[in-house]
Amino acid sequence: MITDTTIPTQSKKIDWAKLRADFPILDQKVHGHPLVYLDNAASSQKPRAVIDCVSNYYERDNANVHRGIHELSNRATTAFEASRQRVATFINAKTPDEIIFTRGTTEGINLVAQSWGSKNIKAGDKILLTEMEHHSNIVPWQLLAERTGAKLVYIPVTGDEGLLDLSKLDQLLTPEVKIFALTHISNSLGTVNPVAELCERARKLGVTTLVDAAQSAGHLPLDVQKIGCDFLVFSGHKICGPTGIGVLWGRQEVLDAMPPYHGGGEMILTVDFFKTTYKKAPHRFEAGTPDISGVIGLHAALDYLDAIGRDNIFKHDQELASYAYDQLAQLQGVRLFGPKIGRAGLVSFLLDDVHAHDVVTVADQRGVALRGGHHCNQPLMKKLGIASTARASFYFYNTRAEVDRFIEVIREIQKFFGA
Amino acid sequence: MSDDLDELYQQVILDHCKTPRNFRVLEGANRKGEGYNPLCGDNYTVFMKMDGDVVKDITFQGSGCCISKASASLLTDSVKGKSKSEVKELFKKVHDMMTTGHVDDEGVGKLAVFAGVHKFPARVKCAILSWHAAVAAVDGQDGPVSTENESN
Ligand SMILES: Cc1ncc(COP(=O)(O)O)c(C=O)c1O
Repeated sequence: MITDTTIPTQSKKIDWAKLRADFPILDQKVHGHPLVYLDNAASSQKPRAVIDCVSNYYERDNANVHRGIHELSNRATTAFEASRQRVATFINAKTPDEIIFTRGTTEGINLVAQSWGSKNIKAGDKILLTEMEHHSNIVPWQLLAERTGAKLVYIPVTGDEGLLDLSKLDQLLTPEVKIFALTHISNSLGTVNPVAELCERARKLGVTTLVDAAQSAGHLPLDVQKIGCDFLVFSGHKICGPTGIGVLWGRQEVLDAMPPYHGGGEMILTVDFFKTTYKKAPHRFEAGTPDISGVIGLHAALDYLDAIGRDNIFKHDQELASYAYDQLAQLQGVRLFGPKIGRAGLVSFLLDDVHAHDVVTVADQRGVALRGGHHCNQPLMKKLGIASTARASFYFYNTRAEVDRFIEVIREIQKFFGA
Repeated sequence: MSDDLDELYQQVILDHCKTPRNFRVLEGANRKGEGYNPLCGDNYTVFMKMDGDVVKDITFQGSGCCISKASASLLTDSVKGKSKSEVKELFKKVHDMMTTGHVDDEGVGKLAVFAGVHKFPARVKCAILSWHAAVAAVDGQDGPVSTENESN
């Protein structure tokens, strides 16, 4: 079950070093150097509280949920549903019935594209996305467009500084658009999009909206009422939670009008050989035995994050990213991506004449974990005329000293490749 | 740099990645092979002029990391003049060397510089990419080769 965390609350001064010590994995050497983990946008590390929560669940409470009437099943079910309630508070949902557990952001978007899409999208309709979407917020819509004859339209990105070009919004966001799906924070550019403003404009035209919060949940305060979207999705593994668990939030009236996604146990009221009636949301969309330990571990992660305060986390990560950005900008031969100001906690860059993969390989040998590649943003990369970037992404356990180490390694790489 | 890195990025490799040899479209090529690595976007085309079974001339074009570019460059040097079966035999030896680190001195010649790649499992794909393209080219059919619908 959930253990209390002993983290200072927002009002007190935050002891970041003490928080870092909650992450056992960070205390190790990689290739003979202290690990500097700067790949948090891909997946975050897990604090002791989450690891213990999951192992306690398996050691004491493990059983299937919603089925048994014995003690262990009751405990598991109670903890499972308590997590749903916790997620609802985390994003200010009106009711826990609006919280559907998924495998992650990707499954959440696929669920909406298939279930909501099959009922609401027809030939000639438009689906509005942005050029900075992750593949998981492009491909499910392409599949839907192929099935239905709908058309995809994209809000352009301005170039290296990575902002949405909203000057074209009036031409793009029209009543033919049935759904507008966009990312809150770009995983490759670090751009924070004005989602509340955009969702409001969509709502005025009766356009349904989905916000990909994979990079923002757990990094800044999230309030679905303030954002004003119809769907919001995120993954547990990027916010100190276990892998394999994610959340789809949808407005209750929207969810209740959607057909089932997967068929199976848990999601039914009655099953006949030829006809089945389904439960309401959220259970309608949760067929089969769910990732119970993941759901319960996610609860511990959300408690942990909120004890620190997501506004504090955002400030901390932003400071590190700005510091890293400024340091990189002072070096010769560095191309930087994403906005100069107001960026989230990551920096994407390229060194002249050194491929991102060579940067990442050398950095890894120095204990610095970066990501190099297209970051599941191939169309965006193509638009920017590049094949890949190297990326450093930060979380609250990273330190200024780690940024210094990162910059030191980048200098060494430039020297090594004679750039 | 640490030993492993020096082994991966040997001087020969750094040299070939900065100034790749035979780095152009081959006029009059009658074979072509493509290598694309979706993970990192490395993308190469190998052009060949084959006379019967023999690679008379070979060049390459494309973009990617240091390892993949140097490997393609050295490939063109070592495949020229070889027969189809010799190319495939060499591919096997190179593949074996890159994945195990075991060097067959006689067979691989200066390609031995890629033995260090085996310590970097994520990079083996980069090093072997152009070899797959070359094997596809020698296995292919004679015909006019166009570069018009190159992706990228
Ligand atoms: C913006 C964004 N959307 C979606 C995803 C997909 O998340 P997941 O792989 O957890 O489903 C990611 C993660 O890489 C992301 O950064």
